[in-house]
Amino acid sequence: MAGVTLDTVRKIYAGNVEAVKGVSLGIEDGSFCVLVGPSGCGKSTLLRMIAGLETISGGDIKIGDRVVNQVEPADRDIAMVFQNYALYPHMSVYDNMAYGLKNRKTPKDEIDKRVKEAARILAIEPFLDRKPRALSGGQRQRVAMGRAIVRKPQVFLFDEPLSNLDAKLRVQMRVEIKRLQKALGVTSVYVTHDQVEAMTLSDKLVVMSGGQIEQVGTPSEVYRRPETRFVATFIGSPPMNILPGKVEGPGRVSVGGQTIAVTDMRDGLTPGSAIEVGLRPEDVQAGGGAGSSSIAMDVDFVEELGATQLFHGKVAGTEFVVQASTGQIAADTRKLTLSIDPANVHLFDPQTTKRLGRD
Amino acid sequence: MEKRAHFSGWTLPLLLILPQMAITVIFFYLPASQAIWQSFLREDAFGLASEFVGFENYIALFEQPEYYRAMITTVIFSTLVAFFSMSIALLLATQADKSIRLAHGFKTLLIWPYAVAPAIAGVLWMFMFHPTLGTLGRPLNVMGFNWNPMLDGTDAMILLVFSATWKHISYNFLFFLAGLQAIPKSVIEAGAIDGAGPLRRFWTIIFPLLSPTTFFLLVVTIVYVFFETFGIIDAVTGGGPAGTTTTLVYKVYADGRSGGDLGLSAAQSVVLMVIVISLTAIQFRYVERKVQY
Amino acid sequence: MVENRPFRDFMAYLTLVIGVIIVAFPVYLAIMASTFDTATIINGNMPLTPGDQAPENYTRALFYGGKLAREPVSMMMMNSMIMALGIAFGKILISILSAYAVVYFKFPFRKTAFWVIFITLMLPVEVRIYPTYKIVADLGLLDTYTGLIMPLIASATGTLLFRQFFMTVPDELLEASKIDGAGAFRFFKDTLLPLSMTTIAALFVIQFIYGWNQYLWPLLITTKSSMQTIVIGIKKMITTTDALTEWQIAMTTAVLAMVPPVLVVIFMQRLFVKGLVETEK
Repeated sequence: MAGVTLDTVRKIYAGNVEAVKGVSLGIEDGSFCVLVGPSGCGKSTLLRMIAGLETISGGDIKIGDRVVNQVEPADRDIAMVFQNYALYPHMSVYDNMAYGLKNRKTPKDEIDKRVKEAARILAIEPFLDRKPRALSGGQRQRVAMGRAIVRKPQVFLFDEPLSNLDAKLRVQMRVEIKRLQKALGVTSVYVTHDQVEAMTLSDKLVVMSGGQIEQVGTPSEVYRRPETRFVATFIGSPPMNILPGKVEGPGRVSVGGQTIAVTDMRDGLTPGSAIEVGLRPEDVQAGGGAGSSSIAMDVDFVEELGATQLFHGKVAGTEFVVQASTGQIAADTRKLTLSIDPANVHLFDPQTTKRLGRD
Repeated sequence: MEKRAHFSGWTLPLLLILPQMAITVIFFYLPASQAIWQSFLREDAFGLASEFVGFENYIALFEQPEYYRAMITTVIFSTLVAFFSMSIALLLATQADKSIRLAHGFKTLLIWPYAVAPAIAGVLWMFMFHPTLGTLGRPLNVMGFNWNPMLDGTDAMILLVFSATWKHISYNFLFFLAGLQAIPKSVIEAGAIDGAGPLRRFWTIIFPLLSPTTFFLLVVTIVYVFFETFGIIDAVTGGGPAGTTTTLVYKVYADGRSGGDLGLSAAQSVVLMVIVISLTAIQFRYVERKVQY
Repeated sequence: MVENRPFRDFMAYLTLVIGVIIVAFPVYLAIMASTFDTATIINGNMPLTPGDQAPENYTRALFYGGKLAREPVSMMMMNSMIMALGIAFGKILISILSAYAVVYFKFPFRKTAFWVIFITLMLPVEVRIYPTYKIVADLGLLDTYTGLIMPLIASATGTLLFRQFFMTVPDELLEASKIDGAGAFRFFKDTLLPLSMTTIAALFVIQFIYGWNQYLWPLLITTKSSMQTIVIGIKKMITTTDALTEWQIAMTTAVLAMVPPVLVVIFMQRLFVKGLVETEK
C-alpha cells in the first residue's frame, strides 16, 4: 500500500478555465482523506486526476514513490467507486466484480476466491448471479465497493458515492465504508459536498474552494480552528454566525457597542480597525455567566428540531442563530442575553478572510 | 454534446470509420458530383466529345412542356396523398389513443402495411380496381362509371393516390399515436375542468400540441411520395396513360432508360437534389436538436 | 375522467374496425386470388371465400414459375433475402464502427468526417440513380449481390442511430472500464456491443424491410433473370394489355413477397417501432 502525494497540481481546461490552481497535499499511507467543498470547487477534478481520468496540466502526482502523471488509469493500481456506481448493466454482480481481474489475467480460482471474499464482507453473496438492475440502490452501492475491493489496490477513490442514496441508507453506508476502510487499511480519497459525511469519515479533512485548498486538518481541528471565513461557514451546521465588529485592544473586540473578550486573537491589531467576529450557534449560551462576555439578541422566530431549538433573530442588526437544547429557553422569548466563552470566539480579517488568531 | 472520456490515438478511429467513408465516397459523393458536373455539359451526337454549356441544359429542361406536366403531376400527387394519409392516420390514432380494450391489437392490425413493398401495394390495388375483373373495379363499370385506369389519366391518378395512401397510413398512424401519447394527460384534464368538450379539446389543445409531429410527417410524406412511390407508379401505370402519371422521379428514370440526353438527365437529377435538400433543410430545425456538432 | 363513455367507445371501435378492414381488404383479396385458377379470376366474379387451388398455385409459383416470369419464386425470394440481409448486416457493421470512432475517439477531422456522413441523410438513391449505375457498371458489379447491396448501405441513418445511443451510455462506464484495464477493443466487445443489442436489433428490422422492398435499384442493375428479386419479379408477371397475365400466380407471388417483412413487423413490433421512431426522428 502507498500514500498519495500531490505537488502543485494544476488543471486548466480549454478556454483557460483553471479548475485546480496548484494544489499540494500529502495523503499518508492507510489514511482516509476527504475532499469537501461546494460544487465546482475542483474536488472531483482533483480526484479524477489522481485516477488518471483527467490529464494533469501542471505539477506531479505520486502514488507511493512513483510519479504517475503519464500512467494510464489501469496501471495506477487504484480502484474507484463512482457516484452513479457505473456497474456494467449487462454483466452479473459476479462478473462486474471479476471483470477488472480477468482483464489483468488473474487466475480463475484466485478471481473466484477474491470475489467470494468481497461478497462475504459486503453481505451481497445472495445476489452474485443477479444483474445490477435487479438490485436496490444500497445493494448496487455494495457491488461498486466490491468491485474496488477485489482488486486489492493501493488506493481507493470515492466520487460522491453516497449521494444517490436516500438519507437513512446514506447514514448506514457511511458507517460501513468507514468500518471497511479501517479493516482493510487501504489509503482512501473520498470526495463529497456533504460536510457531515466529510466530518464523520475523514482522518484528514481537506476543505476546497475555487480550485484551491482552504484548510487541511483533522475534522476536529478544522471545526475548532477554521483557518478562513469560508471554512468557518462551510463546516458546521447551522453555519457559524459572522458579525461585523471592531478591535478594542488586546483580547477585546466590540460588536454593536458590546464588548466581547477573545482568547485566540493575534497581537498588534490596530484598535478601531474593522474585524469579523465568528460565533457558532451551539457555542453561545442564554443568560449571563461568570467570566464571559454577553451580548443582546432580538428573536424573530424559533425552529423546532426536536432535541434542539434554533432561535433566529438579530444581533446588532445582523442575522444571528442560536442553538439550544429544547426547554433551555422559553420558546416565546423575544429578547435574549447571550453569554460567550472567550475561547469560542473566532476572528477573521474582513479583507483577506483569513483567521486572526495566535500563530 | 460531447463525451467526457475518450480513447487516445487516431489510427484506430480512422480505420474504424474507413469502410463507411469509402462506401459513402464511392457510391454517394462520386455519383452526386458527377451528376452536377454532367448537368453543365453537352455531348455531341456520337457521345464522343462533350463541351461545357453552362446552364443551357437547365434552360432546355424548363422549356419542355413534359417537364412542367411532371412537376404538376408530382405536386397534385403529393398533396392528395399527404392530405388523405395524414388525416386518416390522425383519425385512427385519436381513436386508438382512447383507453379502450384491444387498443394494442388494433395498433398491430394497422401498422403492418408499412412492411409491404410499394410495388406490391400497387399490384394489390390494381388487382382490386381492375376494370374488368377487379372485385371493386368491375362493379364501378357495371354501375356505369366508365372506370378504366389503363386508359383514363384521372382514373390512373386516383388509383395511385389510393395505393400510396394505403401504404403510408401505417407510418403516419404510428407517429401520430406516439405524439398523442406524449401529450401529458394533465393538460387534457385541465381542459376538461375548464369546460371544453372532447371535440373542442381536440382542436384547441391536442391538435396544436401535436403540430411538431404533424409538420414532421408532412415533410416525410412528401419525400415518400417523391421517391418511394416509384415502385407503385412503375407497377401500376408505368407513368401512363400518355404520361399522365409521370412524376419528376419517374421521368428521370424513363428518360434515362430511353437513352435520352445525358446532360438533360443529369440536370433533372440536380433539380431533384435541390428539392430534397430544401425539404431536409426545413426539417433540419427538428433534426438539429439531436445533432449538435 | 368521468365522461359519457359508451357512445364514445362505440365510435372508437367502429372507426378502428373500418380502418382495419380498409387496410386488410386488398391483402385479403390477394390471398383469395391465390386460391383460384385463372378462369375464375378472369371472368370477374371471384368469390370472397377461398377456393381449392392454393396447393397448386403455391407449388407452381415457388418451384416452377409462371408463363411470363419463368423463374421459380423461391429463387427470387432467395435473392431478396440475400439482398435484405446484406443491406441490414452491412449497414449495422459499418455504422456501428463509424459511430464508435466518432463518439469515443478524438482524432483529426472528426467533425468533418461526421458531417460527410451526415449529409448523406439528404439524398435517397433515387436522385442519383444513373451516375451511381454508371459507377457500379464501371466497377463491373452489374448483376452481382455486391452491386445490389453496397450503394444502398451508404447512408447516415445507422451511424446517427448508434451515435445517439452511445451518447446515452454513461461516461462512467468507460471510465470504470479503463480502471478495470480494458482498452478500446475490449470496451467495445465487453461493454458497448452487449449494451447495443436492442439498438442493433431495431436497426436490423428496419433495414431488413427497407432492403426486401427495394425496387428501383434492383430493377436497374439486374439484367439476368437469375438475379431477380421477388418485388421485381412480380411486376414482370403482370402485363396491362395482355390477357396472358396469370393473376393467380401474380397474387400468390404477392402474398409470398409480403410474408417475410410483415411477419417481421408483427413479431418484432416493439423493435420495429423503436427502430422506426429513432431512425427518423
